Amino acid sequence: MREITLARQLGEVALAIAIAPLFTGWIAQCRAWMQNRSAPPLLQPYRMLRKLFQKDVALATEASPLFRATPYVLFGTMVLAAAIIPSLATDLPFAQAADAIALIGLFATARVFQSLAAMDIGTAFGTMGARREMMVGFLAEPALLMVMFNAFLLYGSTALPSLVDGYAAHPALIDPSVIFAAIAFLMVLLAENARIPIDNPATHLELTMIHEAMLLEYSARHLALMEWASSLKLFNYACVGFALFFPWGIATHGVDGTGTLLLAIVALLGKLAVAGAVLALIESISAKLRLFRAPEYLAIAFLLAVLGLLVHLLLGANTHA
Amino acid sequence: MFDVISLMLRTGILTERLPARSPESPPLESVQEDIRRILGRALCIRHVDAGSCNGCELELQALNNPYYNLEGAGIKFVASPRHADVLLVTGPVSANMEEALKRTYGAIPDPKVVIAVGDCGACGGIFGKSYASRGSVADVIPVHRVIPGCPPEPAKILAGILDAVVSAQGQASKRDKAKRS
Repeated sequence: MREITLARQLGEVALAIAIAPLFTGWIAQCRAWMQNRSAPPLLQPYRMLRKLFQKDVALATEASPLFRATPYVLFGTMVLAAAIIPSLATDLPFAQAADAIALIGLFATARVFQSLAAMDIGTAFGTMGARREMMVGFLAEPALLMVMFNAFLLYGSTALPSLVDGYAAHPALIDPSVIFAAIAFLMVLLAENARIPIDNPATHLELTMIHEAMLLEYSARHLALMEWASSLKLFNYACVGFALFFPWGIATHGVDGTGTLLLAIVALLGKLAVAGAVLALIESISAKLRLFRAPEYLAIAFLLAVLGLLVHLLLGANTHA
Repeated sequence: MFDVISLMLRTGILTERLPARSPESPPLESVQEDIRRILGRALCIRHVDAGSCNGCELELQALNNPYYNLEGAGIKFVASPRHADVLLVTGPVSANMEEALKRTYGAIPDPKVVIAVGDCGACGGIFGKSYASRGSVADVIPVHRVIPGCPPEPAKILAGILDAVVSAQGQASKRDKAKRS
């Protein structure tokens, strides 16, 4: 029994690592179609990774060990995050060790390392990107916490798997607070993953960059790991969103069998396909905000999440603990 | 918002097929096959303007539009030389850009390919060699291929990039074979 659970856990992490670039490639394809161009192949991110792993590393002379270690730290934290998010099943041994608040801490750790590494070389753009990332990060984090608190209040737990289990036990539950929380979560997801209202992933202008500016000095396998980690981060955010708002199909605690797990994989792929198309649509029809509008944007996300909490408490707190 | 969406739907896909290369070169399919096999269709280009009049830049810009659509072919312009495989240089190398060009060349991880675009990059163009200009790109850094024209058309530039990459890869594999034997 224990072995089966462990195997399921490892399988889930392996699947997350394997299909995270696919999700990024799918979003890029949808974006290209919406710009009326023929799209790059779905496997383009994998090809890019393969090429980068084969190249020689060009390091700046001032690079410290921190700079070289960061890609591995970043990739490691994102893999760990994937281990505690119930993307396929809720019966995860790793998830018992860390709840959703620890997950936000993991994301914060990754951000700190990435910002330090960006400042390590001492180029102007890297430092600028790091500062912008910290600004967006410290505004997005409380909003994400508030979104989580909505779900915590609803099901009386801070562990993501119990939230999904709780939903499975009361599937008919639709709380108005969830709608506020979902909109706030989408806004945070866009901001945290360097997507269009806050950052433009396709830009070549250093002055408009946030995420990309921090990667400017990385090359070859380091760059590949950084890119892979950011696809994993997007994948993780999407899976958190599914766990909080669309937990259909996830194999819940106590339900065993290959059938449910296969169903969970199909459900996950379907949800990712829809989410990718929606993300691409949002990016195609909206313009990038001026940097100084980013705090307003994230304040709105925070406000919506708090409104959700208020709605939940004022409408009589139907907790399903 | 709905205007934008309806425009998207009415316009449809605008991208044209990749242009054929020069007549003496092998047919397009085999080139695409080579690119796919060798580079995994993932080629990153860093563009350096070493003192160009911006005529070549306009043509390069056109490569990114939906008609030529470099990204659809797996080729993209990147923001940092550290991410690049190909260095694309336009313009005669002005004295002020010489050091910057050399540093950019040094910052690109191996294996790398250098392409000089336009007549200025090829021979210095109307600027030639003077107190302010070093003349052709090849006088400053090693160049694998020159794409002449003032300015060259986007299709020509694209064909030149494909050519340069394929021939450079051929040389690299020959070198590898020589090493092994």
